[in-house]
Amino acid sequence: MVLQIQDLTIGYKTDKGIVKAVNKATLHVGKGKIVGVVGESGCGKSTMLFAIMGLLGKAGKILGGQILFNGKDQVGNTPAEWRKLRGKDISIIFQDPMSSLNPAHTVGRQIREVLKNHRIVKPEVKGWLRRRRLKKLEMERVCELMAEVGIPSPRERYHDYPHQFSGGMQQRILIAIALASEPQVILADEPTTALDVTIQAQILDLLKKINRERSTSIVLVTHDLAVASEFCDEITVMYAGYIVEQGTVREIIANPKHPYTQGLFKSIPRITEKKEKLEPIPGNVADLLELGEECPYFSRCPHANPKCLKFVEMIELTDQHRVRCVLYEGAGESRASEAGAVN
Amino acid sequence: MQAKPEPLIKLRGVRKHFHKKASFLEKMLGRMKDQTVHAVDDVNLDIYPKETLSLVGESGCGKSTLGRAILRLHDITEGQILYRNQDISKLDAQGLIAFRQKAQIIFQNPYASLNPRKTVREIIQVALRSRGITNFFEQEKEIARLLERVGLSRRHMDQYPHQFSGGQRQRIGIARAIAMNPEFIVADEPVSALDVSVQAQIINLLEELKQDLGLTYLFVSHDLSVVHYVSDRVAVMYLGEIVELADTKSLFNRPLHPYTQSLLSSIPIIDEQGKERTRERIILRGSVPTPINPPSGCRFHTRCFMKIGEICERQKPAWTETNGHGVACHLYQPGRNEIQT
Repeated sequence: MVLQIQDLTIGYKTDKGIVKAVNKATLHVGKGKIVGVVGESGCGKSTMLFAIMGLLGKAGKILGGQILFNGKDQVGNTPAEWRKLRGKDISIIFQDPMSSLNPAHTVGRQIREVLKNHRIVKPEVKGWLRRRRLKKLEMERVCELMAEVGIPSPRERYHDYPHQFSGGMQQRILIAIALASEPQVILADEPTTALDVTIQAQILDLLKKINRERSTSIVLVTHDLAVASEFCDEITVMYAGYIVEQGTVREIIANPKHPYTQGLFKSIPRITEKKEKLEPIPGNVADLLELGEECPYFSRCPHANPKCLKFVEMIELTDQHRVRCVLYEGAGESRASEAGAVN
Repeated sequence: MQAKPEPLIKLRGVRKHFHKKASFLEKMLGRMKDQTVHAVDDVNLDIYPKETLSLVGESGCGKSTLGRAILRLHDITEGQILYRNQDISKLDAQGLIAFRQKAQIIFQNPYASLNPRKTVREIIQVALRSRGITNFFEQEKEIARLLERVGLSRRHMDQYPHQFSGGQRQRIGIARAIAMNPEFIVADEPVSALDVSVQAQIINLLEELKQDLGLTYLFVSHDLSVVHYVSDRVAVMYLGEIVELADTKSLFNRPLHPYTQSLLSSIPIIDEQGKERTRERIILRGSVPTPINPPSGCRFHTRCFMKIGEICERQKPAWTETNGHGVACHLYQPGRNEIQT
């Protein structure tokens, strides 16, 4: 296990009290695995990623739980410790490449910054020649990285600024930055949402290639179930700060258990099927401030019953499938089969 | 199919160019010349009553510009847009008011398209007033009816847009559009800013309204799964030109243009059986060229994986149509071999 999140709870301070954006989340990322975190806006999926990178800032606070990286807990790291980890062993790719690159620096310099900060390139030469040699080696490495992520003629483009690249190319630069330190885990926060479908296919292809060649683990946060189902090995579904279902892609797609996951699948138009009327999930995404003890999906759930007023813990169905719903509590086996029939 | 009715809207050779002037300084330094953005180039299109026609394409292909040009939110550079055989660019102020009552638009971003300082009542009132409903009680009744029609309730009338969620705001935008009793609506990416679970609600609402009010939609979107679900016919745009036009089934089952083929193959699909995908994915090289200086000949030739040869760079492919499936590509030109030799 490269990355292990145990019972992580994250709260944000607001005028109206503390909002728990992530509630007792447990997520395991194995070596070389691609894990998808799927959910709608405000479900806490990005907050969780930011916590793994130590980027929560002042408003957000980890209220409990552990973030284990190679077995070592990272919660409570000092800023210096975070800086050592960040961009070295774990790196992140953000959603909007234009706003995450610095418009005032050349892209080459921005990629080289990672190499410099983590002292990744080590020249053999000692003495007064060392600095020059270092710079040359680093620049060569940057060009290699740019070529690897598919930027044509990297030597000429080293000195270009971000605005001179298209959206897809900017995203490739971000991936090059993330790759520079050969991290063990890459976190990708909606890396293709801002891009067109044909470019999305290119970028996902590139990430898959990186995953296969270097066996880098990838955590992909997305709202697009179709992207997650094609790209990931495992899927975690989040709703209103809670993980409601977890399992391998095959299990989640062929056999979704939680009513929310089932609802999501029914509300997506599919190209492969004949036209059936979409069944939207009624109502709106739950307001985190108004949540109490009950299941957060209670107000929209077709299977809601009084038992739901007390939200259950995660239930292990098989070793490949976990779900958090009263329907699947040990005693309610008849109910479980009933819900299966609905699906 | 039965004999086609008279089209509601006809586009003939529509062009829309935007001119970008270089500043004095830039001219002196020779850094930049005046530029022309070819947003829409030579588009011919018929929209039939009571159909949903979708425009798809990547960002910057001119699909939104075309949608807006049809409502005369942009004045076109060249060509004709005929609404019920009436050229809309020649309408006077009176005529334009009458036209805009019949043709409405739903915008992409419900956060930006509603005036934050007006209540829902005020937003819809404007439409009613121009329809001639000025009596307070009648307005009240009509607004309540419209809100209920789009799935909101009477008590939302005096709230401001910021008090609503994204899906609800889009419903307000829809209520505003149907308040005019239109017969034609341009839906410019109506669901792409919404959450997945809410998207389906809005799509179903649009479908219901179409059935009940006998609407005609021009549906502008980049999301092919949604387009497949809602449309009767689909037009694929690339760099300002329509490259393929067919009814939905025929286009998705048998795409002809290489661009359409690659577009369709790059849609991620949920595979229920969980088996490995069998279809081959065509991944295009590079990204869309700039519309400031579009490639010569067929505009797709720079990225095309089926390029025949020099003819693609030199000659613009003519529009060929068989059984209502039209395509602009040299691969499908009758007697293409003769041209080549």
